[in-house]
Amino acid sequence: MLALGVVLFALPVWLVLAGSTQDSQAITRGELSLIPHLSGLPIYWRVLTEGTRGAEPVWHMLATSLAMALCIALGKITISILSAYAVVFFRFPLRKLAFWSIFVTLMLPVEVRIIPTYSVMARFGLINTFTGLWVPLIASATATLLFRQVFVSIPDELVEAARMDGAGPLRFLWDIVIPVSGANIAALFVILFVYGWNQYLWPLLVATDPSLDTIVIGLVKMIGVDSDTDWAAVMATAVLALLPPVAVVVLMQRWFVAGLTEGEK
Amino acid sequence: MDRRTVFGGWRLPVLLVLPQLLLTSFFFYWPAGEAVWSSMTSQDAFGEGLTFVGWDNFAELLDDPLYLEAAVRTVVFCGAVSLLAMGLALALAVFADREVRGKHAYRTLLIWPYAVAPAMSAVLFLFVLDPRVGLLGRWLNQMGVDWDYHLNGNQALLMVVMASAWKQVSYNFIFFLAGMQSIPRAVTEAARMDGAKGWHRFRTITFPLLAPTTFFLLVVNLVYAAFDTFGTINALTHGGPGKDTETLVLKVFRDGVVNHDIGSSSAQSVILMVGVIAMTAVQFRFMGRRTES
Repeated sequence: MLALGVVLFALPVWLVLAGSTQDSQAITRGELSLIPHLSGLPIYWRVLTEGTRGAEPVWHMLATSLAMALCIALGKITISILSAYAVVFFRFPLRKLAFWSIFVTLMLPVEVRIIPTYSVMARFGLINTFTGLWVPLIASATATLLFRQVFVSIPDELVEAARMDGAGPLRFLWDIVIPVSGANIAALFVILFVYGWNQYLWPLLVATDPSLDTIVIGLVKMIGVDSDTDWAAVMATAVLALLPPVAVVVLMQRWFVAGLTEGEK
Repeated sequence: MDRRTVFGGWRLPVLLVLPQLLLTSFFFYWPAGEAVWSSMTSQDAFGEGLTFVGWDNFAELLDDPLYLEAAVRTVVFCGAVSLLAMGLALALAVFADREVRGKHAYRTLLIWPYAVAPAMSAVLFLFVLDPRVGLLGRWLNQMGVDWDYHLNGNQALLMVVMASAWKQVSYNFIFFLAGMQSIPRAVTEAARMDGAKGWHRFRTITFPLLAPTTFFLLVVNLVYAAFDTFGTINALTHGGPGKDTETLVLKVFRDGVVNHDIGSSSAQSVILMVGVIAMTAVQFRFMGRRTES
């Protein structure tokens, strides 16, 4: 049963992996087979450097996706740490209001406010810019909440000791708070990197310029071509699009699983 | 949320919290406000100038059989995706939990689809189930099954449900497995000594103890199915054939971005926002209760 589950998940990916090395015309005729042809491997070089007809080369889309995912993950983590630190370790006017106004946005995904967000973006001149691709996505109630939870559990004695040693708030943040939250930051990085890499609706809206196509957008465009699809190239691109996020999740599995299930509590 | 020891001063913390607040106001509150405002306006026949129409857009939507159909379709779709993704994940977690050796290997082999983009899962499913190119899709047709999700609405719905659920199983699996492993051994041992066998033990011990996890996952899955599946559906069927796989989010997108009916699209956005906020509130009431106990 368990093995069956594993196969259920692996089959589509194996199929794509095998298909990427086969002849596109054969695939169009319906002769997709489960056995890869090693002779077809150069296809990867071709899509990386040239891409398919009328599209950016795949290396460029991969670079855009990577930059976007990294900016989103690191940006979200940074501003969430800062705001959670302010809310937990200071008393300032309107602190509660600031916290609640972040908190309320918790589950409001971009999907529910498509048009108005677009018009706000247009007003800032952010349509078809790389900045527009990532900056609006980094406000995060989830990450702020998570860090708040972590910071609240830092014992008061530690804060007192640091103050006694004459450490200022920024020094305390850098030397104590960030190191003790290391595991949480790692877990959040995995989740946010995947989130950033996998964005689809947002880039579709704000970046119509093909030179800003992410790999996910580019791939969906490729299968949208009605006739004469270069299937082998599409499959090779799909494999390349899958590799980075899957690698991040699998390699950082330990932190990711612990962070995910802890965050829920 | 209050600690005893804090740092003094107010300028630094305000500076620290400011970036988050600015982003939140520009990209959440402003658009949300604009959505509420545009939802009460309408463009005149020549496409210039906005007139204030109050609740008209909402009234029109609630009278529109197409909108109500899309709403019902979305509910069915979300229910089906959640049920399938959670059911499969629970079954896999039960088996993985029993496994003594190789538990970690199985976990690795089952969690990677988490990293697959919703739009990507559509591409993967195309290669399996497309009637011409897909391996199984072609086989089905050779076996005499009339399988073509490009033409048959029910098959299209089945297809987007499967592709959407497939991706979500691994997320649910991680939580169910963690939930099972946090059940004290003594409890399951005691049940075993009392002679409770496999299915019975699961039904009376494991499943009730998993109830909090299950409820949490249900909310997450419903929200996922309602919003994150835009990529899957748009890449696989564009909401078609006809409108057979058009969920509410796809309709917001089509009416606003493709058909430029800003008033109606905004009104739909407002309705969705109210829905999401309601679900968040339900979840937080529940999670609050759980942390107290």
